[in-house]
Amino acid sequence: MRLFFTLLKRELGGYFASLSGYVVIASVQLLLGLSFYSLVSVLNQEGSETPLAEFFYETLYFWLILLIATPVITMRTFALEKYSGTYETLMTAPVGDVPVVLAKFLGALGFYLVMWTPLLGCLWVIRQLTGDPSALEPGAAAGTALGILLLGCVYISLGCFTSSLTHSQIIAAMTSFAVGVGLYLLSFLAPSVSTLPGWFPKVLVGMSMMEHMRDFVRGIVDTRHLVFYASLTVFFLFLNCKAVESRRWK
Amino acid sequence: MNDSWMIEVENLTKRYGRQTAIEDLCFTVGRGEVVGFLGPNGAGKSTTMRILSSFTPASSGRALVAGFDVSHEPDDVRRRIGYMPENNPLHTDMRVREYLRFRARLKGLKGTRVRERVDVVLNQCGLEEVSAKMIGHLSKGFRQRVGLADALVHEPDLIILDEPTIGLDPNQIRSVRQLIKDLQGKHTVLLSTHILHEVEMTCGRVLILNQGRILASDTTLNLQKMLSGGGQVVAEIEAPEWELRQLWEGMPDVLEFNVSAMDGNYMRCALTPRDGVDLRLQVFESAVANGWKLRDLGRDGHSLEDIFVHLTRASRDEEEG
Repeated sequence: MRLFFTLLKRELGGYFASLSGYVVIASVQLLLGLSFYSLVSVLNQEGSETPLAEFFYETLYFWLILLIATPVITMRTFALEKYSGTYETLMTAPVGDVPVVLAKFLGALGFYLVMWTPLLGCLWVIRQLTGDPSALEPGAAAGTALGILLLGCVYISLGCFTSSLTHSQIIAAMTSFAVGVGLYLLSFLAPSVSTLPGWFPKVLVGMSMMEHMRDFVRGIVDTRHLVFYASLTVFFLFLNCKAVESRRWK
Repeated sequence: MNDSWMIEVENLTKRYGRQTAIEDLCFTVGRGEVVGFLGPNGAGKSTTMRILSSFTPASSGRALVAGFDVSHEPDDVRRRIGYMPENNPLHTDMRVREYLRFRARLKGLKGTRVRERVDVVLNQCGLEEVSAKMIGHLSKGFRQRVGLADALVHEPDLIILDEPTIGLDPNQIRSVRQLIKDLQGKHTVLLSTHILHEVEMTCGRVLILNQGRILASDTTLNLQKMLSGGGQVVAEIEAPEWELRQLWEGMPDVLEFNVSAMDGNYMRCALTPRDGVDLRLQVFESAVANGWKLRDLGRDGHSLEDIFVHLTRASRDEEEG
């Protein structure tokens, strides 16, 4: 366990010691700011019954941040170490494959969560300005946060997996971006096929990221969604472990 | 299993697809030995070292480090080795002390022991003055020392260094070699290089590797002896030529000789001994007895370079013949 925390500390430290970490945070800040601006302008035009958080998640900015930022965060996890050769010193230290995979995953996830914290500030500002406590309902906010966390788990584990397949950070980022966008686009396919018979359309509907997220922002925590995100994350982490282990089969 | 061996390798083979990197390697390294792995690029040195550090598995065969099997007990092996891979990869975004602490913890050191050991290796490798600097800002020589300090930090039984002096300038090479020499006796060291001179200077024993096979394994001295059969002696003596010729003819241990004039009245005498006898003392004594001036007396040992060329050529001839 101590070993694991040593690795985790190094992973988190790596993000904050490099310029790329701050570039990611700054870019996300910019996108968050833009989305906040569009949110406020919508609210200025007319009142709405829709919870704020749902507004926010309906904007494209949210998905843009999720889809672009996660590959950029995760591309360095394995690919950079393989490229620079430190992977060899890491894997010849007495550490197992699983702690390495988990530390890299949780390190990236930690950075991802730090990256989202300004969002809380945005919601707080609205609440202060409007003086209306219902602008930021604790339930909805917590649900959104949980949704962001779980979606993050899926996309970060996907990114770590693609990073473990290659020496090149660019290839790692492009692959996880392509797969991630593919997963996201399934959501748009879902409505058009949901009326078709058979099991396949049902699976497609079940895979819809947006559907799963919608309940969360309303403050509904449904075990189906939890299981969905958790199993996808575990699946990618499993693949990641196998990819790390694969150097022993080659 | 023999306790006195640090490394035991039996019939180790590694194939990458169709290409065979090492074939049927067998060798042992005793505790406390400093052994040089010598061979041209692509001979299989790095592959063998990677297997020994349990980074990659062998295709067949067995390797034990301190009695532990590298493929079945990798954690036990890794705790006992300090491995510096080729090109010495380091986290350039960390500071020297911070990096060594991270590595020490990763290798299982705890609490105050981490600080203690990091301080010791910083001192041992002459890194105190740069301990607060970013590794990325260090010169190559210092980086190499950081790599060595990393390999040493958990006091491993066995230290594996893959090309530790590559890409350094002569002064840096000298200091790194001195560091390796200082490890002698305290640790078992296996280092690879394609610089023959380096092995001669730092290692007690040498394993010559070519095309994935071991060509020779012996002490550097024995290898020289084996090839030279007792070296030729060259002496520069101030004496009349005919007297010198007469003297050498009368000496039973001299098989062949060659006398040629040099500057002043000095003569250069090249003497080939019979049965590898060391002629130096006899030459010196006769010069003294005759009252001649002797300004140079030396014995040609073959350098490892000759041995290496000889062995690799021999193996090639064998294959062709």
